[in-house]
Amino acid sequence: MDNSYLIKTEKLTKTYPMGLTTIFALNDVNLIFKKGEFAGLVGPSGSGKTTLLNIIGSLDSPSKGSAEVMGKKIETLSHKNAAQLRSRYIGFIFQTFNLLPVYTVFENVEFPLLLQKIDISKRKEMVMEALEWVRLADRANSKPAQLSGGQSQRVAIARAIVKKPKLVLADEPTANLDAKNSHNIMKTMVELNEEFETTFIFATHDAKVMQYLKRKLTLDDGSVEKDEYLEEG
Amino acid sequence: MMIPKLAFRNIYGAGLRTWLNVIALSFSFVAIIFLQGLYNGMNDQIEKATVDAQYAGGQYWQKDYDPYDPLTLDDAHGKIPVNLQKLVEDKKAITILIRPATIYPNSRFQNALLKGIAPDQTVLSIPTSVLATDETATPALIGSRMAKSTGLKKGDYVTVRWRDANGTFDADEIRIVEVIKTDVSEIDNGQLWIPIETMREMMAMPNEATIIVMEKGSQFSEKIDNWNHKDLKFLLRDLRVLFLSKSIGGSIFYTVLLLLAMLAIFDTQILSLYRRRKEMGTLMALGMTRFKLIQLFTLEGAMHAVLAALVAAVYGTPLLIYVATTGYGLPDAADSFGFAMGNRLFPTFTAGLIVGTTVLVIIVTTIVSYLPTRRIAKLEPTDALRGRFT
Repeated sequence: MDNSYLIKTEKLTKTYPMGLTTIFALNDVNLIFKKGEFAGLVGPSGSGKTTLLNIIGSLDSPSKGSAEVMGKKIETLSHKNAAQLRSRYIGFIFQTFNLLPVYTVFENVEFPLLLQKIDISKRKEMVMEALEWVRLADRANSKPAQLSGGQSQRVAIARAIVKKPKLVLADEPTANLDAKNSHNIMKTMVELNEEFETTFIFATHDAKVMQYLKRKLTLDDGSVEKDEYLEEG
Repeated sequence: MMIPKLAFRNIYGAGLRTWLNVIALSFSFVAIIFLQGLYNGMNDQIEKATVDAQYAGGQYWQKDYDPYDPLTLDDAHGKIPVNLQKLVEDKKAITILIRPATIYPNSRFQNALLKGIAPDQTVLSIPTSVLATDETATPALIGSRMAKSTGLKKGDYVTVRWRDANGTFDADEIRIVEVIKTDVSEIDNGQLWIPIETMREMMAMPNEATIIVMEKGSQFSEKIDNWNHKDLKFLLRDLRVLFLSKSIGGSIFYTVLLLLAMLAIFDTQILSLYRRRKEMGTLMALGMTRFKLIQLFTLEGAMHAVLAALVAAVYGTPLLIYVATTGYGLPDAADSFGFAMGNRLFPTFTAGLIVGTTVLVIIVTTIVSYLPTRRIAKLEPTDALRGRFT
């Protein structure tokens, strides 16, 4: 793998059949993301933000072109290898938090570590560290139903960063949060980005998120319209 | 160990839904074990009663004797063979003479079998000692079914007509000295038991018999001219065929029970799969493989059976011990089943039955849990995250 980039897409195209026509969710997207970036994919609904995140996250595969993530070609990965890539190197944050309702906060955050078969004492230490980061250590034994939206998203962040991934993909992470919680969440992610050099890529059309971005990619109809590096995150 | 832990957390977290399934499944456990125990107990009880009252340690049949062909009875008698004489004298075997007769109870006639037996015999569990009387009238012992069908009761006289060895008709009055309640209808229906020496005189068949019953545990099975040895395996053959046919009926009943329980598990799994699509997508996004997801959901289903076995043990053990101790009361109509049934049936719950049923239910539950989860093998993470099935 060329160490100069973490993610590289070449002529990345994703199409979906719709009746007799074909919809281009992504069309010839060429991008490079380096380690430690704090980038946002912005654009209207249907512009291809989530599709691009899903392909980078190995949840989906390209119809044409190539997506290389940490040296792995997504289009050639088996389901098992894609799962391993996600398990080891990628953290996800979802718009609707996607916490597992029957688990406690601690167990939700612990889950990615269970998949990596990390031993229990190390696991406990890592979970508590992640919860400290999002300032929810005192809610470790709570169930998701007992948390506010902001707290739930912070648990989701803790779950995404607990394994110290190289890449965190966040799909509309503030869409269900009020302004205050949105800012808190973004500040937490900025801190994590700076502390661990974790690469963050967001899909968003929330102005509150955009003000924290160091790089902004504007997508429209599946193509990158603009790629801007911003001076101040 | 990760998958079992997660499966346990999930079904524990599902709360009431889990417990409803577990309780329903535990009913199946207890009902299947109870029914099968009842069948086993019934079979054991019937076989024991039949052996005690009818077959003891096996029989010798006079060569013409065929219990299923009444026409053979005229010729089915012969001298007690020398080889068996000593056993009879030592009361290690008893002789029974069987002849067709006609009785005239309450001014009507009815075909019957006269059976001669030694009053002092101890080989069969028939209380024949009541036949040892000094009365001039021939004493007869009948079963309660015979008493019911003829209207005879203890102390009644009834006219009996028979043909002796020479084919000559003769008749006499005999007195019912006892009506016994027996579980074995084969020694009861249509039969009158009288002292064998009296019967030999009536029939002009001195020292003759139709069958010779060996004492329990007898190993004597020598080949004897004009007599055929019938071991217990042969004598109980029809009864065991009957058990088998009845147990098939029972099996259908508990298969239906099992199917109902499995339907509940299958439904739960289907509901789970649909309700938890987003959760499956999340688990896949976090790095869980489809194979592990299938394992997780299958194990969750199977754990219902394990929990059900534990719950069934909690309330089923005292219940089954109670039933096995006090027995299960049978209605009078049970006589018409064609079996030797007592008033109470004592179920037999063997370790094999309990372990076998538990293993069977767990295996079937696991298979039923696995079937719906095969859909996961085709599930795309992006579809699952959107709450859709691929």
